[in-house]
Amino acid sequence: MSGHNENTSVDTHEHLPSYGKNVMIWLVLVALTALTVTVASINLGDYTFFFAMLIASIKAMLVINIFMHIKYDDLLMKGILVACGFIFMIIFVIYSFDLFNTYTG
Amino acid sequence: MGTTTVDAHGHSNNHAGHGYGDNDQLYVHFHRDDYGSKFGMWLFLFTEVLLFGGLFVLYYGYRIAYPQDYHNAAMELNIVMGAVNTLVLLTSSLTMVLSIVALRRENIKTSLLYLAITFGFGATFCVNKYFEWSAKIHHGIYPGSLELQETRPAGEVVFFGLYYLMTGLHTFHVIVGMVVMVFCYIFIKTGTINSNKYIVLENAGLYWHLVDLIWIFLFPLFYLLH
Repeated sequence: MSGHNENTSVDTHEHLPSYGKNVMIWLVLVALTALTVTVASINLGDYTFFFAMLIASIKAMLVINIFMHIKYDDLLMKGILVACGFIFMIIFVIYSFDLFNTYTG
Repeated sequence: MGTTTVDAHGHSNNHAGHGYGDNDQLYVHFHRDDYGSKFGMWLFLFTEVLLFGGLFVLYYGYRIAYPQDYHNAAMELNIVMGAVNTLVLLTSSLTMVLSIVALRRENIKTSLLYLAITFGFGATFCVNKYFEWSAKIHHGIYPGSLELQETRPAGEVVFFGLYYLMTGLHTFHVIVGMVVMVFCYIFIKTGTINSNKYIVLENAGLYWHLVDLIWIFLFPLFYLLH
């Protein structure tokens, strides 16, 4: 992975990827799934939606960072991902103002 | 894979091409841009997120409009089925990663085995979905059914409409991912995908993880919020 050869791989980290780390992440994902199912059976009122989305977001971050190894990618890929996520959040927030005005205001 | 150019300038042997002999200094130069491939895949994934994102916005809008109907409708979905499918997809994501790890470590057989297991998980997901949908259709709950139109409030009709649309579109993506895996399997067998040239498998993996990612949000939104 010298960087001089045009046919080098995308990965910039030198070592070979390991099995163990990925298995660990999988275990965390399974645990979080168990947690979200458990939390769903408890009545948390208005926080139910919030907690479900929080846990889903943590799971999504793990999948994106480790399984899709964005963590090891360069700033351009990370930057575009963050920018897209940010724009998506803006759409949700602006839409929320309209929704809550219409239905609960 | 990529474009093939004939490089007549007598470059050094750094290329993964085949020389036509050293005397005439003519090389066939296979141009490869793994970074570009990966970048293109990510751009495609963003369009996928846009596709599902629009549906998530729609789901959210009607959720605020009909909170009680959403609540009641979600009670009818089978949490166990949903949770099992979540575990199936999460585990398939792991085996997909392990397939790439094995390939990069030149364990071709292990890589093929993990890929086959991933395919199996994809199939399991589809079978579960089939039983789930069958049960719902059996109870007369499907888009445009009499049960929905005549006895259910508007919010429940919307909920089940979105349920069929979003999980259906998602399952379609699972099937596409499985077809891609079949091609990857063949390419690894023939050596087109190998420990030095694994970007195709890596991109297939990215697609598969996106499918997993979407389900991570579909599961709580449809099954758990009641």
